[in-house]
Amino acid sequence: MAVQLDRKMVALTGNEAAAQAMRQISPDVVAAYPITPQTEIVQIFSTFVADGIVPTEFVAVESEHSAMSATVGSAAAGARSMTATSANGLALMWEILYIASGMRLPIVMPVVNRALSGPINIHCDHSDTMGARDSGWLQLYSETAQEMYDNMIQAVRIAEHENVRLPVMCMMDGFITSHGMENVILLQDKQVKDFIGEYYVDNALLDVENPSTWGPLDLQDFYFEHKRQQADAVIQARKVIQEVADEYAKLTGRHYGFLEEYRMDDAEVAILVINSTAGTAKYVVDQLRSKGTKAGLIKLRVLRPFPAEELAQAVSNLKVLAVMDRAESFSGLGGPLFSESKGALYDADKRPLMLNYIYGLGGRDVTPEMIESVYQHLLKVAESGRVDNPYNFLGIRD
Amino acid sequence: MATLKDLADKEVLLSGGHRACSGCGFPITIKMVLSQVDTPVVVGCATGCMEVTTTVYPYTAWKASFIHNAFENVAATISGAETAYRSLKKQGKLDKEIKFVAFGGDGGTYDIGLQSLSGAMERGHNMVYICYDNEAYMNTGVQRSSATPRATNTTTTPAGLESTGKHQYRKDLTAIMAAHNIPYVAQAAISHWNDLVRKAKKAFEVDGPAFLNVFTSCRLGWAIAPEDAIDAVDGGVQSNFWPLYEVENGEWRLTYKPKKKLPVADWMKQQGRFKHLFRGDYSQVLEEIQDDVDHRFAQLCKRCGVEPEEVH
Repeated sequence: MAVQLDRKMVALTGNEAAAQAMRQISPDVVAAYPITPQTEIVQIFSTFVADGIVPTEFVAVESEHSAMSATVGSAAAGARSMTATSANGLALMWEILYIASGMRLPIVMPVVNRALSGPINIHCDHSDTMGARDSGWLQLYSETAQEMYDNMIQAVRIAEHENVRLPVMCMMDGFITSHGMENVILLQDKQVKDFIGEYYVDNALLDVENPSTWGPLDLQDFYFEHKRQQADAVIQARKVIQEVADEYAKLTGRHYGFLEEYRMDDAEVAILVINSTAGTAKYVVDQLRSKGTKAGLIKLRVLRPFPAEELAQAVSNLKVLAVMDRAESFSGLGGPLFSESKGALYDADKRPLMLNYIYGLGGRDVTPEMIESVYQHLLKVAESGRVDNPYNFLGIRD
Repeated sequence: MATLKDLADKEVLLSGGHRACSGCGFPITIKMVLSQVDTPVVVGCATGCMEVTTTVYPYTAWKASFIHNAFENVAATISGAETAYRSLKKQGKLDKEIKFVAFGGDGGTYDIGLQSLSGAMERGHNMVYICYDNEAYMNTGVQRSSATPRATNTTTTPAGLESTGKHQYRKDLTAIMAAHNIPYVAQAAISHWNDLVRKAKKAFEVDGPAFLNVFTSCRLGWAIAPEDAIDAVDGGVQSNFWPLYEVENGEWRLTYKPKKKLPVADWMKQQGRFKHLFRGDYSQVLEEIQDDVDHRFAQLCKRCGVEPEEVH
């Protein structure tokens, strides 16, 4: 791995890119447990530890519950601390996700999206992190290995910002991105070191001269105020996420916002999508555009905090929007991104007709033809001005 | 060996004014154990009475760095803090000597926290784990745990017309921890302060993980008077229900020999949690419990290389 460091562009899988980001972040402690398709990240990272490339202490814990528990202990102690997971591993961490955010610990965690059991399935969908969207963690999603790398480095700054101090999870699609190889441009190690700065946490446990109590019993008279402060921090994070992205753009030339608008200027129909499917869909948009169809695409990068204003702005001239959900929420009304988007647009002056597609669960392949069929559906709705069925499944056998 | 006067002169890291019941066993455990640390200490605590009564926000009774994370993960949490310490020290970001200790009740240790504890001990973190074992989930209102003795009346194993309380015998956690082959494992009791502080000192001194199982009483769960807290624990030791011993680098050693073995029923009789056994003819049950105590003690003596008869 070391030979690649001096080269600017390298061919890496998503997992390798995430591991490289971790090497450059160089956390004091990593506590992790293997789970497909994330395993490679911590496996590669542990070779950096074994070779003395990073000063990190690696704790090979006995479960993801302990991975998150040890990471909380370590971050509270005063050490920059990371872990990584997927699917059931994230589910096993659930209880401690809320404690990490409630303690305002700036932990950064790559999550490689995978279907949540049962039935057991190791392939990509977003049911794992969609379920964790209310856990108080900020969520950044990535279309490519490059975006995963960039998100992870920015996440450290966002998480540790004094107005935020919240944990951040960075997502990429299992196997599709985690195991697919791409060209990735890495920053120099020193650039990353300077960009992220030194880790600091107030009232560190290891500051034994000034002992403090973490995780006290917080009853009716204070718990509510503490939750309000946490909600405020999520609102504050909106500003910080954009500031960090702008600073990162100066360093890299790569610009990030809450969402990416692709050929949206005069678009009449568009889809809202997360992670790798955006790549497939951009290809379809180009095809449709070449035939004169006014198709566009919106890719959501930040799900927490939810970018309601940006979304409203992006869809303000649109006739119909399809929200693509790679997860079910079992509400009987569609997927989680659909209901969030609908809620976010309720107050918008101009909003499009909206419909939902559940797609790609358990790693079901998503082809350009399938995406094109969604646009054809949208065009029909645009023509009729009416959504007959908002709740659709893409590429499924009846 | 510390004298009581030496102990009284030590700074107590747990202040008064916490909200534990009078006659509660865990503050005694904390004070005795932490009196044996010569460096600053980071304390972890599982969810339970100890955490709930000592950290009611915005107050804290702790004069040391303290973290409570959740119920089942104090071992993992402290293993993370200890790892942070090693990392920062290795990198030259910290040069102090700091020790790490985790406290958990029997529910948080024998049951829900067993995996986290086993993992932390196997990984060899330089930490001391103290189980304060009062033989049931007292914080939630006296439910049975795997540390609850047979025939105990608890709120989830109530004694009734068709039941004498908990059906099963207790889990031998100390032996399970000894099977981890860690440098130091010991069983102690708050009734025997000299033995307990000596073991705590050893636990802090070894390089690597140490586990201490400390027998404590709960006045509510045991249905005893607060002033009987120590005597009730003592009876468990004198009857060989709770023998005091240590396993140091694999060597098993009894550290206390009762002068005269107390029949286990005599100890049980003093506690309200067993009173149903003495309101009718339950001699068969009591006999079986005595047999179990004798059998376990004989096994322990074998491990320690002594004859049970030699002990009395």
